[in-house]
Amino acid sequence: MNGLVYLTDVVTLVLDRSKCSGCRMCMEVCPHAVFGIEHKKAVILHKDFCMECGACAKNCKEGAITVKSGVGCAAGIINGILRGTEPTCDCGSTGNCC
Amino acid sequence: MMTGYIHGEIETTAGLFPRIETQWNRSDYWGAIKTRWSVGRMKYRVAPGIYAVGDPDRNSRVFVTGNYKLSFDHLRRALTGMNGWILVIDTKGINVWCAAGKGTFSTKEIVRRIRIHHLEQVVDHRKIIVPQLGATGVAAHEVKKMTGFTVIYGPVLAEDIKAFIDAGLKATEAMRHVTFPLVERVKLIPVDIFYGKYYMLIVPLVFLILSGLYPGGYSVDLALISGGKSAINLFSGYFAGCVLTPALLPWIPFRRFSAKGVVTGWFVALLLLLAGTLGLTLTEKVSWFLMMGALSSFMAMNFTGSSTYTSLSGVQKEMKTALPAQIAMASLGFMGWIITKFVSI
Repeated sequence: MNGLVYLTDVVTLVLDRSKCSGCRMCMEVCPHAVFGIEHKKAVILHKDFCMECGACAKNCKEGAITVKSGVGCAAGIINGILRGTEPTCDCGSTGNCC
Repeated sequence: MMTGYIHGEIETTAGLFPRIETQWNRSDYWGAIKTRWSVGRMKYRVAPGIYAVGDPDRNSRVFVTGNYKLSFDHLRRALTGMNGWILVIDTKGINVWCAAGKGTFSTKEIVRRIRIHHLEQVVDHRKIIVPQLGATGVAAHEVKKMTGFTVIYGPVLAEDIKAFIDAGLKATEAMRHVTFPLVERVKLIPVDIFYGKYYMLIVPLVFLILSGLYPGGYSVDLALISGGKSAINLFSGYFAGCVLTPALLPWIPFRRFSAKGVVTGWFVALLLLLAGTLGLTLTEKVSWFLMMGALSSFMAMNFTGSSTYTSLSGVQKEMKTALPAQIAMASLGFMGWIITKFVSI
């Protein structure tokens, strides 16, 4: 990390270590070094670094990780409120997409 | 012109495939600049399919990417001097990370492209290298189950691919992590500037028109002079939110982007106050602090979408208080400003 940490204690990331097989896939896909390995199983080292991208949960064969993933984007959240949907960065035809 | 990167074809037992240049030409550089400025960004695409780099054979590696041309360009440039295959999947012209978040860079699309283009006939091995940031949309174990191909997640940045391959398809920790250095933040500023393009013409115009109001009626001269100052204040607040805040992000106090935006907005307002152009009366000055703070705060908050480390839960928490505060500040400021048109306070 380059000193940039967002709000603390808000992230929805949960790891069920009892299901973990120790395959290290979560460590591999995480862009923010959230996971580590202890006693051959994954452990959450830096929860507040998590940006809820969902890559770890998606690639966990055992389904040991859950996270409410989505776009951490204010414009996307406003989009969602205006359309009555989940936050979406799908800005349609305006051409201003991420 | 869009296909200037293709030179010739390669014949294999599985068919003919276009062979591509790894060096960028002038139109590639120009396209990269234009797309950063939102010019034709949503149409900057490559046709999905299989492309050859160098002189690949049945044992060469396969690299997967999306069909946003800038993603494709970064990948082919990183493969300079190598032989390999590129499998471009259809992400609707969106870059890999965003497409993965939206679900277009997905397990389904990779599986579909492997089948459509008969990748299993092109290579003998069963491995594909997928950019790590695509993992948000791809379940490696499902791709394996459905196609027999093992997904190997490559580094975050295409430029690290050579080192990744040389290390035996192993990424170092640094290659796996997303940072957000100054140069990256600055690259994203133009897109943010264009976010409010129409509003930033209409709103100053409304202020210009209203600026002509005075207790005795309406004056066009007043509209031009005072309205011009209003426009400068508005643009300064906008600039503070979508240029200063991203550029100075790590050095501005507070974690909330909206709070960072108030800091930069007020900083710019302070400069204008010292320059003597912010407003004439105390009420007008205070009103501008409120409006510029709100505007800068809102634009800074929008930069969460460009940043590489904000979570959905965090942004939702931030907005719950920030959005009402911004609306309150802007409304109060606007009312105060209107009042100064009629009462000299």
